[in-house]
Amino acid sequence: MNKTRGDGSIFSRLSSTHIVYLVALLTLAVGSVLVATAGRSFFSPGNISSILTGTSVLGFIAIGQTLVILIGSLDLSVPYVTSLASLIAAGVMANNSANVLAGVLLALGVSALIGLFNGLIVSGLKVHGFIATLGMGLIISGYLATNFKGSFGQTPFSFRLVGATGLGPVPISTLIMLACAGLAMLLLHRTRVGHQIYAVGGNPNVARMSGIRIQTPVITAHVICSVMAGMAGLLLASRLGVGSPTVGSQGGYDLLSIAAVVLGGTLLAGGKGSITGTLGGVLIFAMMDNIMSVMQVNPFLKDVVRGIVIVVAVAVYARRRIVNRPLRFGHDGHSRQEMPGTEEAREVRA
Amino acid sequence: MGEIISKHAGLGALSSPTETGSVRPGAGPVLEVRGLTKSFFGIPVLEDAALKLHAGEVHGLVGENGAGKSTLMKVLAGVYQRDAGTVLLDGKEVHFSHPTQAHEAGLSTVFQEFNLLPDRTVAENIYLGREPRKGLLVNKARMNATTAELLESLGITSIKPTTAVRSLSVAEQQIVEIAKAISYDARIISMDEPTAALAGPEVELLYQIVRRLQERGTAILYVSHRLREIFDLCDTITVLKDGRIVDTRPAAELDDAALVRLMVGRPISAYFPDKLPRDEADEPLTETPLLALDNAGNEQLDGISLSIAPGEIVGVAGLQGSGRTELVQGIFGAAPFTRGTMRLDGTELLPKSPRQAIRARIALITEDRKAEGLSLNQSILDNALGVIRSVFPRSTGAVKQDIPGVFSALEVIARDLDQEVQYLSGGNQQKVVLAKWLAISPRVVLLDEPTRGIDVGAKIAVYRLMRQLAAEDKAVLMVSSELPEVIGMSDRIIVMRDGRIAGELPAGATEEQILQLGTGARPATNSTNNDDGAGGTNGSVRPEESNGTGENA
Repeated sequence: MNKTRGDGSIFSRLSSTHIVYLVALLTLAVGSVLVATAGRSFFSPGNISSILTGTSVLGFIAIGQTLVILIGSLDLSVPYVTSLASLIAAGVMANNSANVLAGVLLALGVSALIGLFNGLIVSGLKVHGFIATLGMGLIISGYLATNFKGSFGQTPFSFRLVGATGLGPVPISTLIMLACAGLAMLLLHRTRVGHQIYAVGGNPNVARMSGIRIQTPVITAHVICSVMAGMAGLLLASRLGVGSPTVGSQGGYDLLSIAAVVLGGTLLAGGKGSITGTLGGVLIFAMMDNIMSVMQVNPFLKDVVRGIVIVVAVAVYARRRIVNRPLRFGHDGHSRQEMPGTEEAREVRA
Repeated sequence: MGEIISKHAGLGALSSPTETGSVRPGAGPVLEVRGLTKSFFGIPVLEDAALKLHAGEVHGLVGENGAGKSTLMKVLAGVYQRDAGTVLLDGKEVHFSHPTQAHEAGLSTVFQEFNLLPDRTVAENIYLGREPRKGLLVNKARMNATTAELLESLGITSIKPTTAVRSLSVAEQQIVEIAKAISYDARIISMDEPTAALAGPEVELLYQIVRRLQERGTAILYVSHRLREIFDLCDTITVLKDGRIVDTRPAAELDDAALVRLMVGRPISAYFPDKLPRDEADEPLTETPLLALDNAGNEQLDGISLSIAPGEIVGVAGLQGSGRTELVQGIFGAAPFTRGTMRLDGTELLPKSPRQAIRARIALITEDRKAEGLSLNQSILDNALGVIRSVFPRSTGAVKQDIPGVFSALEVIARDLDQEVQYLSGGNQQKVVLAKWLAISPRVVLLDEPTRGIDVGAKIAVYRLMRQLAAEDKAVLMVSSELPEVIGMSDRIIVMRDGRIAGELPAGATEEQILQLGTGARPATNSTNNDDGAGGTNGSVRPEESNGTGENA
């Protein structure tokens, strides 16, 4: 039977964010043991750095995806935006340090424009985000495939440093990603538009009846999501030194980011969830990848493990969801709330 | 937007009416409605309604289901647009095309269905869309503080502004709704059945809030089915019937009986068909009831004992939320009983799923035909075959042959069987639902609000069908909010209250008797008990303590 509030079991009192981080800790523990049996150290600076590097690209995209899912939409165009941004950045920079700023701004600007279109299609034409962004993704992917046959442009050394250096074991890219996460949290929890994102995702009718213009938060979420995908593209261009038309789709960032968001406890239907949870989900994926590559696990098995983790996590959240209905009677038939007349009834029985 | 908050900061000032100037005894009404008319698809639901609301007045609005109360409130709140008539606010004519405009003008509505986001906090819900800000950021501290102040001004200290709404009780959620309505600086608040989901002590809390608002000079339009509340709270009572205002009178001039007479008014018309004679060729009836429940219960119901004989139509009455729908859902296995026993024709069976119930040939015509009864974008034929195909696939062929005959017997008006049901009228849609369930040759037919939202012609067809089912020795259980229907059709009437059977009435009971049992208006004879009501219906009211006290004593 489902636990209901008031039962006080530890499990039922944990929020899904807590569970994500407990699972992350568990992954850490299991990982350190497994990696040790392979004769390596999980906590060596090199390994930590490699795990954190793994979090940053997916992290950027998952932060944006969180906003879009919270509002009750989806973004399937992110991998193509990532590829496009890497091409624009590398193309504009053309191995010249003087062009770095222009490349970054143009790449992010084009990403924002794509997000604006996505948001307008979703909120104005009432096309569900799944279809709107699927279409947008196909358009970009078709454009990329016809115009770019391979890698394009080149990023200058100064820009490549962003993806290559770090503070101790922590890569700069991870720090930038965490800064973006911080800004996204500030937006969600401390601005009106953030509150509106939760409201529209929770129940668009309630939001409308409360005087919220639905378009504003929907467009905001989509623009930010695409800009974050653009950030991921910039990071990949910095790491690879060139732009690539397939770097996004090869990463499978569309479904992987959705998986990380859902693993982080955000409801796919919207209205409930957090950036913190998403970061936990991204971290779990990064650690699992790291452990499995150190252990030299068959890459197909990796996907099997990822799949199991996602399904189990969502099944656990679904079981914990509290039925939004007050109970009248307990399992034994005793009133949960005193009914008028029950007092006399007990006296009669006595 | 900042001003809204600063006004609330001065909520204390509101409690001294002279300062705000909103209460001026002898001044004109704050809200006046004249000749208000509204129809949907050509069917008038509100005709020539007139109403005056004064500051500091609690104005009761009563009437049967479908009388037009909710429509009137929604027109005032700007959810619906009026077709004709004038609405004057402080003597000036107003037009609201969106609820927000009504809020800004000082008219807030607490709707029957909750307009809250369960996963957001109390404060976030109350200030949704107009959060106080400091610079660009939401000022959470201020938002929580003003919310606490607002709740305190209502005398509520138990609700924390930072609690998620989901973890509040229904009563507390109702209070949050009211607080939200007040937070718009409302001078007029209309409440649509605010106690529908509340139990005894919680109702008392709501009373306190209403009285506090009244002292502040807020005008309140109060819709309720519970007459006791109307008399406890209201100064003036307006009675609506069939979309028209019957009368407006000071509450002091009325009593229970007079009010019910005004509400019911019309004679219970002759459109309830007479009982059909039983086919003599059939086997003689046995003594075993076709359906019997003994002390059944689950999380929403308790101590349900009832029995229905073959050929009997039993009506179930009660307020919204009293457990009527849960009762039929329990029998049908949609919200299964977890305690007690159920017997179908003498065989023990407690369905754990609708599929199990359907296999035992129990049919449920659900309350919401669009959500649970039909696949709107599929054809009439596919809908009619929906159940038989999935549960008795081998009989599908035979049933398919009969479908045209069933439809002509039910007088379904449609172009052809391939038409999508979404294009049918409500009455014809309901007939498709009925045909779908007749296809399984049910032994027990459960009907939940079978005539809601359908025209008179279709209603009569439904009634005739019920009589026919009874003549064929089926057991029929009908849940309905329309008392004339319950009285006109039932052989016996079960009245529910707070998840239990409050009592049972024989055929020919009056609406007053049903309302009394359903509202608990006079809980005088609680200690008398009776088994399960299978015995004679001797014409007297038999209140029933449903948790089996008599047997255990």
